[in-house]
Amino acid sequence: MMSSRTFRKGSFAALAMTAALVVSGCSSDSGSESTSSATGGAEGGSDANLAITFLPKNLGNAYFDTSNAGGAEAIEEFGGTYAEVGPAEAAPDAQVSYINTLTQQGVGAIAVSANDPEAICDALNEARDNDVKVVTFDSDTNTDCRDVFINQATSEGIAQVQVDLIAEQIGDEGQIAILSATANATNQNAWIELMEGILAEEHPNIELVDVVYGDDDDQTSFDKTAALLQTYPDLKGIVSPTTVGIAAAARYLSTSEYQGEVAITGLGTPNQMRSYIEDGTSAGFALWNPADLGYLAAYASKALIEGEITGAEGDTFEAGKLGEYTVEADGVVLLGDPYVFDADNIGDFDF
Amino acid sequence: MPNAVAERTAVRTYKNYSRPAWQRVLLTREMAIIAAVIGVYIVAAAVVPNFAAPITLTYLMLDIAAILLIALPMTMIIITGEIDLSVASVVGLSSVTFGTLYQAGLPIPLAMVAALAAGAVAGFINGFLVTVVGLPSLAVTIGTLALFRGLAVGILGTTAVTGFPDSWTDLATSKIPGTPIPTIMVLFVVLAIIFALVLHATPFGRGVFAIGQSSEAARFSGVRVERTKLMLFVASGTIAALAGIYYTLRYGSARGDNATGLELSVIAAVLLGGVSIFGGRGALHGVIAGVFLIGILASALRLANVTSDVINIITGTLLVISVISPSLLAWARSTWARQRGKRAAAGGAAPSAVGSAIPDAQPSPPQQKEEQ
Repeated sequence: MMSSRTFRKGSFAALAMTAALVVSGCSSDSGSESTSSATGGAEGGSDANLAITFLPKNLGNAYFDTSNAGGAEAIEEFGGTYAEVGPAEAAPDAQVSYINTLTQQGVGAIAVSANDPEAICDALNEARDNDVKVVTFDSDTNTDCRDVFINQATSEGIAQVQVDLIAEQIGDEGQIAILSATANATNQNAWIELMEGILAEEHPNIELVDVVYGDDDDQTSFDKTAALLQTYPDLKGIVSPTTVGIAAAARYLSTSEYQGEVAITGLGTPNQMRSYIEDGTSAGFALWNPADLGYLAAYASKALIEGEITGAEGDTFEAGKLGEYTVEADGVVLLGDPYVFDADNIGDFDF
Repeated sequence: MPNAVAERTAVRTYKNYSRPAWQRVLLTREMAIIAAVIGVYIVAAAVVPNFAAPITLTYLMLDIAAILLIALPMTMIIITGEIDLSVASVVGLSSVTFGTLYQAGLPIPLAMVAALAAGAVAGFINGFLVTVVGLPSLAVTIGTLALFRGLAVGILGTTAVTGFPDSWTDLATSKIPGTPIPTIMVLFVVLAIIFALVLHATPFGRGVFAIGQSSEAARFSGVRVERTKLMLFVASGTIAALAGIYYTLRYGSARGDNATGLELSVIAAVLLGGVSIFGGRGALHGVIAGVFLIGILASALRLANVTSDVINIITGTLLVISVISPSLLAWARSTWARQRGKRAAAGGAAPSAVGSAIPDAQPSPPQQKEEQ
């Protein structure tokens, strides 16, 4: 029996050793980073702890890869330490353990896109109690859990840019329709209401004939587009304020006789829309620039760490190439007008 | 069993146990996991910056509390040879039940009772389909995994119920005064003692093991197989609902998609803790150590700035090793025993020598189970 017992003990010792080696091995190659940030925090006072960590909703998401690359660019400009951590899945609670870890490591600031406005609140406030600044971007938490929120766009800005795009693409007159997400989607309904107001006020010759709902489902949106074109033979344009809808509508138009005849615009992502921009199905669409969003979040973090701003209304700070920004009510910093993607610039983006 | 044999046959030619007591206690799979937990903790405390701080323990225990709770009934279910994949969905369902009833104006304790009842009903549905209808638990609980999650998300949609009173949410994250240990661990320890006593010190618990060894044999020995399994599934649903309440209060947010995927963490920890997926063997202290091992590894690796993908790879590898190691060991032992048997035969042993060789050379099935 002795040899089998030895074998068993040996195998578990090996298992424990493997685990131990992995732990020590991993920490030795990335440990220097966390050590430097920790010592940076310990020095405190004189030179600020510019260790800024980005915590996206989940890793491996092209949108956040773009925004975090913008953050990394900004942090390199002002000489801080950039890091990115995050869960594999965008679960509501998954970010909490990462926030706790960053609190323990004593980073200077966390730039986070919240999976849930409430679930990470306690953890963020604990971080702030330990002198970690908290900037939310893309998706906010409750206002009392963070110092500043970088808002990518306002509802007014989003509505305005879509009306401007469609008016330009159809020559400011004719019938248009809206292909939305679900009938009770809060964001889309707010935008549609604002768009109706702008159309009535500034574009009396454009007639909004119908609002249909593709339920943010690719096939449903595709079918609704087909139905719209049959119901309204004189339709000149479709606006889809949802990334699923615009891609499905563009896919339908690109293979139909209406390609180039009926305009399609709205909110989309470059990777989904690239081929439809290139083949002329769509002349242009809007969204914000995630790289700028991350860039601004990094500069806001720096301003908070250095005490230049506190998140109070009226505070101003410099954000490198983007210029000067002012903190609005509730600690909101607005990135600016939505960004229009067209044939000239779509090649610069990958998300 | 060996004692009963000893009473009947006054003279016997071999020892009651093949190994002395200290070896039977220490040289077990459970102890190996406990040693791994201690080893990893010491190494991590020495190597990973900030890991040794007491706050690490607090965060760690808050993170694994829900897994620890659900692992208690899951251990017993897996020992009977069944499985419950719907536990994380029951967590979501309980969270939503608790949240919506609180929102509707029910006092918190009443909403808690209702959430626990919802969990018990969910567990009863699983148990009914498995024992009365006679379907395999894997199929049943894959179905109810989708069903309960669907109900949970359907009730609340993509919204969340928040704004629970601070007194309750603070309780969920509070610590035992003067220690870094979260209060929730008191509840866990009480439940763990109850489950350990039931599993390891009662006829019901012996029945659980007997069902896992052989359902038929257990039935003929007087174990009420169906009733036992039904009770375990109800217990599983109820404890999952309890974890759901904790989850809701800890994050202050009742959502339908709370704890998505948690069932895999629980089952991984149970298997890592030495419970056989085929049923029939396992012990609660090993499972608890298994949960801690995964939790400590994840916590240490996060502090060392290792990405979540790598953490998943490491815990996955550990799990695979832990699942294949018993088979490897059994193979090694049988090969060794065969060789020794050949040696004994070649020596042309006298009858007395054969007698003494039997218990060691011939691995009797129950003994092997005990040793794996």
